[in-house]
Amino acid sequence: QLSPVRSSVMSQTPPIVSVLPTRGLVDEKFKVLVENLPPGRPVTVRSLHHSDNGHYWEAFGFYTSDHRGTVNVSKDQSVGGTYTGKEPMGLLWSMCPVPGSHKGLRLRKLNMCSPMLVNISVHSGHEGFRDGAPLASVLVERWYMAPGVKRIDVQEKGLLGTLFLPPGPGPFPGILDLWGGGGGLVEYRSALLASHGFATMSLDYLSCGQPVFTYVETAFNFIKDHPQVIADRVGVVGLCLGSLPALYLAADSTVVKVVKQITSPLLLVSGCDDQNWPSFETAEDINQTMRAAGNDHLLSRLDYPDSGHLIEPPFSPHFRASTFVTTNKRKAMILWGGKTKPHSDAQEDSWRKILSFLQQHLCCSLNAKL
Amino acid sequence: THKMGETVDTLERCCVSLSVNPSRGLMDEKFIILVQKALPGFQLTIHASYHCEDGNSWEAFAHYTADAGGTVNVSQDTSLGGTYSGVEAMGLLWSLRPVPGSKPGLRLRKKNVQTPMEVTISVYQGHQTEGFVDQVPLASVLVERWYMAPGVCRIPITEEGLTATLFVPAGNGPFPGLLDLWGGGGPLVEYRAALLASHGIASLALNYLTPKTTMETGKMVDNQYFEKAYKFLQQHPQICDSRIAMLGLSLGSAFTLKMAVYSQVMKLRCVVCIGGSHVQPVDGSVEQVLGYMEKNSEKTRFTENNEMIWRDLLLPIPTDPSFKVDVGRLKCPLMLVVSEDDQNWPAPESAKDMKEMMERAGNSHLLTVLSYPNAGHLIEPPYTPHVRISMFRTVVMALWGGQMVEHSRAQEDAWKKILIFLRENLYDIKRNVRAEIKNTYFSSR
Repeated sequence: QLSPVRSSVMSQTPPIVSVLPTRGLVDEKFKVLVENLPPGRPVTVRSLHHSDNGHYWEAFGFYTSDHRGTVNVSKDQSVGGTYTGKEPMGLLWSMCPVPGSHKGLRLRKLNMCSPMLVNISVHSGHEGFRDGAPLASVLVERWYMAPGVKRIDVQEKGLLGTLFLPPGPGPFPGILDLWGGGGGLVEYRSALLASHGFATMSLDYLSCGQPVFTYVETAFNFIKDHPQVIADRVGVVGLCLGSLPALYLAADSTVVKVVKQITSPLLLVSGCDDQNWPSFETAEDINQTMRAAGNDHLLSRLDYPDSGHLIEPPFSPHFRASTFVTTNKRKAMILWGGKTKPHSDAQEDSWRKILSFLQQHLCCSLNAKL
Repeated sequence: THKMGETVDTLERCCVSLSVNPSRGLMDEKFIILVQKALPGFQLTIHASYHCEDGNSWEAFAHYTADAGGTVNVSQDTSLGGTYSGVEAMGLLWSLRPVPGSKPGLRLRKKNVQTPMEVTISVYQGHQTEGFVDQVPLASVLVERWYMAPGVCRIPITEEGLTATLFVPAGNGPFPGLLDLWGGGGPLVEYRAALLASHGIASLALNYLTPKTTMETGKMVDNQYFEKAYKFLQQHPQICDSRIAMLGLSLGSAFTLKMAVYSQVMKLRCVVCIGGSHVQPVDGSVEQVLGYMEKNSEKTRFTENNEMIWRDLLLPIPTDPSFKVDVGRLKCPLMLVVSEDDQNWPAPESAKDMKEMMERAGNSHLLTVLSYPNAGHLIEPPYTPHVRISMFRTVVMALWGGQMVEHSRAQEDAWKKILIFLRENLYDIKRNVRAEIKNTYFSSR
């Protein structure tokens, strides 16, 4: 076995680590390349992120430089670390809190107008890579908001939300984005959808003190009537608890057996190892109901084995459990489920398909019309 | 409601989609502009708009026709006309020009490198050539072009009487270093040093014409000023003291060559000279070198528009050795970037003479000459718009030369080769590995 190269030797001919792009959207892939290493040397490529709420998250992969002295994370195999195998984006989705952190942390960006900063570094050796200083490092920015996307606080008609408008004259297709029971105003998916050309509003529907369905309808109409939104091209995205108001809007009805009344195309995304919500069973039930009602041609399903509840934008880290503050202000550890690699694959796959579904139904094609 | 009965026009508007990837890139990175969901055969104009810090506006535009799938891919499709034609992935940047009605002699130079250049890319219906400002585009996106990669630090330097700005790459280092000398055109510009730091080289943009000491005392700097800048780099904790290069443009090349050959203090790994000459009083200070050129100023020629051509000031290349830097004594690799239509400096003639001197001395294996037909004097980072003339020091109009397309190709090619040259010499990357790395690294861009 070749011994790891010591820093003192390396400082004479330092390796070069580069990432392309250095500034990207959170759902874009990057390429990580390390060059100018001695051939056949064990090195660790590591990512480090300091979150908005002060915690450190990291991921790392163990590699061996090839005969040219390079490590190409997009092509080479990681033989250990927080991910293994050929994983171009493993340095993001396999991130976990650094040793010594609190239990049950969840990584969520709060400020949309600044990027997530990730430090990508290369270290000598595999086990014990932390003992030495990095041989080289580079800083990468991951953005939820594309340039020109506008963030607008919405506080009219009793609504509490954030509207993200894409750049350009518009008008744009619109989306109402409903998060889950975690409460508060979660903006990152809306910001990302706006970066893909949808005028999207995040809504805090839990602390509004009004009946949820009426409140959500007001929000939907607000988007529909917005001068930069195409009125007959508005959709709803709901996660977890937010799926209920979403289904209600899709049915355009107050009738209990709402699903029979669905008149819009519906995409259901379920993690089959969801330990928080019986999403797979629910999807099956919806499917049967719609089949009996004769409207199941509107239904598409994405079911992901071994994926948990929190299907987030691509490359977001997976955690099987995290702390959660319940409605009566008690702290609990909630099990979300899922195994990291399948869950991460599900996030990447479902996002691509969600965008495609939204584009298909919200962005008209003149070809189709003629 | 006002939204009932949307017209076909609105539907067309909502249909056409425009994307630029990456939306945030470095100044020297390529992007892909894609228009989708147009009607097959749809005529459209893609337009770029940029508002400078100095208040001027620049624009570029190109005419395309959507293919059978309703798509236009600027990297693959042919522009039928506009500010550029043909297949040009980056044409919307390098063909930018001041909007009609602008002052003459403008030049696009970013002063604040800590913010990106923000370019608005839009799609308009039909093949248009003017009046963009009065129309609503079908779609529009904002693209950021950065000189500084994330984590690059900008540090103003005032110690040792220096007036300079240091750009340090992200990370701990140590990094190779570079001394960056601009030409005689004006205040310190930082963008090239910033971009080099984004490529891993700690770079110092040095003001040697109007530093604080000169502004306060009226005296120009002496040759030790350059050595002080070199020593500053050497002693910097994040810079590797034995891996320092020097790069000079135009007048900056004169001092770069002088120091590379004659300085006892400066041990450079390699030298790059763009649009420069070795012709100068070799024992002369900055003041004397400028004086030598001043003495020859009656050789200035004028175009029919009264633009100044200064390339003859140093011609003919002297035979007297006290008037040209003896490059035969150079001990490190030298890259000369030469524009064959350089109307400002006699770079082609100087390069030819330097090559002959080095062949006679036996060190010509150190020399690489990049020579570009129809390129003008101002070889800037890639995709910087070409200007054939511009105001020089706000007083006179100088002719730089060059034709837009060939000049732009020269900028792109020269930058790529300068980076490879710097990397080879500053990192000791082996020759047989180099080609593979070049293919890997640059092809992924």
